[in-house]
Amino acid sequence: MSTTSVDIHGEGHGDGHAHDPHHQHHFTTMEQQFDTAKIGMWLFLVTEILLFGGLFVGFGMMQARYPREFLEAHEHLTRWQGALNTVVLLFSSFTMVMAVDSAKKNKKDKTVFYLAITIICACIFLVVKYFEYAHKFEEGWLPGRFYHGEHDAIAGSHGYATFFAFYFMMTGLHGFHIVAGIVALLWILFRAKKGEFTSSYYTPVDLVGLYWHIVDLIWIYLFPLYYLIQ
Amino acid sequence: MSTHTDTHETHEHGGPAVYARTLGALIVLTAITVGAAYVDLGAGNVVVALVIATIKATLVALFFMHLKWDKPVNGIIAMAGFLFLGIFLMFDLLDYDSRNNFMPQNLHISADMPLAPGTAPAGVKPALPAPEAAPAAAGDKKTEPAAEKK
Repeated sequence: MSTTSVDIHGEGHGDGHAHDPHHQHHFTTMEQQFDTAKIGMWLFLVTEILLFGGLFVGFGMMQARYPREFLEAHEHLTRWQGALNTVVLLFSSFTMVMAVDSAKKNKKDKTVFYLAITIICACIFLVVKYFEYAHKFEEGWLPGRFYHGEHDAIAGSHGYATFFAFYFMMTGLHGFHIVAGIVALLWILFRAKKGEFTSSYYTPVDLVGLYWHIVDLIWIYLFPLYYLIQ
Repeated sequence: MSTHTDTHETHEHGGPAVYARTLGALIVLTAITVGAAYVDLGAGNVVVALVIATIKATLVALFFMHLKWDKPVNGIIAMAGFLFLGIFLMFDLLDYDSRNNFMPQNLHISADMPLAPGTAPAGVKPALPAPEAAPAAAGDKKTEPAAEKK
């Protein structure tokens, strides 16, 4: 934790102290302000874990109910596309943490550079996802009553439609998180460009970074469960 | 990109070298999990995939999300999330597993499992199509034809 050089009282403006403009009056120190924001972010991340956790449990239940259909349906997913997206997201997590590291060390240009790379990776992920979705739409591998895939081994089973209901729900929700992440990343990219972040104030970069890592972490579980099940 | 001038900071809080090694480990683990999917381990495949995924998630949480160096409270919050997810999953699996045993189609699978006390002695091959036939079976060897008439 880098130590801050601001006054420890934060008694407001015009008191003669060196006073970080980001320091809010109800926090004793900048460090306390940072830690508080971080706890709030972690609480939010836990709700994300539980949100996706519920879907994972549902997926597990349905896989136990329709094991043959799920096995057959998962072969419609393209493994190399899932693996490529995994590597892209892992790499974007690396550039994200590098952006946080740069912001913390007052390296403005590097922060902007790494944030831009992260956003590009997020876009690559969505492009790959688009090709995956387009293929499934063509083949009729759609969720619920929209399912009209052909050549199913167990004709008339609800298992295939159930698999794709979970597939589109979970990857779609995850994709929505990627889009939200891009918006958040653009926001801190522009703020970083204006030079708003310093070693004593880089909270937004750090918190968006945490969010981006949880999106990566969820994909770490999504990938083997959907693309690699036996 | 990492110079020796900032070693005192990286020592405390990760730094590019640590992050690069974490990324390398994550990509190697991804390759292993993809490779393991082509080996038929039966039910073990899911276990291997989930164990590797959990190792990867731990690496992300510890190094990329800074939990290794953070104040403990953030780690406790994160662990609480997974703890409650585990409780959720455990009771759901218990429920799913036990509920399945009482489905009608499971009641005539085992030859030595009587439908009701004393109704279907061991050794009699139970070919009862439905549990409704059980009351009629009491002390009556003509149970099976009777059930077929239905």
